Amino acid sequence: MVSPQLVMYEEEFNRISAICERLCIDANAKVVFLVDKNGQLIASAGQTSNLDTTSLASLTAGNIAATGGLAKLIGEKEFSILFHEGERDNLHISIVAGRVILVVIFDGRSSLGLVRLRVKKASQELTVVFESLMRKLEDPAAGSPFAEITDEDIDNLFND
Amino acid sequence: MSFINYSSREINCKIVYYGPGLCGKTTNLQYIYAKTNPEAKGKMISLATETERTLFFDFLPLSLGEIRGFRTRFHLYTVPGQVFYDASRKLILKGVDGVVFVADSQIERMEANLESMENLRVNLTEQGYDLRSIPYVIQYNKRDLPNAASIEELHRLLNPETVPEFQSIAATGWGVFDTLKAIAKLVLQELKKGR
Repeated sequence: MVSPQLVMYEEEFNRISAICERLCIDANAKVVFLVDKNGQLIASAGQTSNLDTTSLASLTAGNIAATGGLAKLIGEKEFSILFHEGERDNLHISIVAGRVILVVIFDGRSSLGLVRLRVKKASQELTVVFESLMRKLEDPAAGSPFAEITDEDIDNLFND
Repeated sequence: MSFINYSSREINCKIVYYGPGLCGKTTNLQYIYAKTNPEAKGKMISLATETERTLFFDFLPLSLGEIRGFRTRFHLYTVPGQVFYDASRKLILKGVDGVVFVADSQIERMEANLESMENLRVNLTEQGYDLRSIPYVIQYNKRDLPNAASIEELHRLLNPETVPEFQSIAATGWGVFDTLKAIAKLVLQELKKGR
């Protein structure tokens, strides 16, 4: 496989969630979420109850992938920050540690300047967590967490 | 690239439906969406043109049940089949865990099938994957059409390596879930093997 599978452990997940929650408060944002570049939702904070976070995650990753493709066409490595301005809500999207996407949804109670400032700080903290997570995953002793599942387990999933 | 989350106890995998334009990739997803319990599926997203041709991708999140306390979630994507959308197809293949190649059984689409399969091979190689080593199944769609080529012919041209193959009529749903189950199983077996 080209890149190791992403495994999220309790410890890192708690650290990441705490950073997202603090960012949501500090930036006066409505929602903060973190997505893998492949479109998998990693963590979210704020008023997520009436949001389809799975779809948001997949579309955000598609958006980043498409803008990344555009960047390469004009000779840029990537566009590390995207900003979408709406009538009420705005989206601030940025790439963290080269592999995850941080999304902040905010309205008139916050401002782009404040969001950018807080995102910068949170990104640095998230980078530290992801670097330590990647080191953990590269450790050959980590093995596959699913080595023990049996063919029977898999078959059971498909019993109608 | 699967994503295993110990905290929420979830395994997430990405399956991509590939194939030439109008072969029935979106129809596969639409049928799966229509026939799945509401609690097991998320919203289906289609980024399509006004004439309902896929522009970027279709996306359908599905939950298949639990394995050892972990909820297994599959993210199904289709690529835009039309030749000139190649840049988008490359993006969608990123992080793929399993591929379904949907072939159009009609004799006159054989060249388009071959071209799309070659394109899949090239695009996967670019991402560092090898079609021979990733979970991969083939679906021969539109079996009900009078101008459909024989299974032997399709097999000979499109499946010389004899990966699992299925016949289907995606519009009625015949063969759609057999294909999905086969690829999901292969992906989980790959996960079991680890990296």
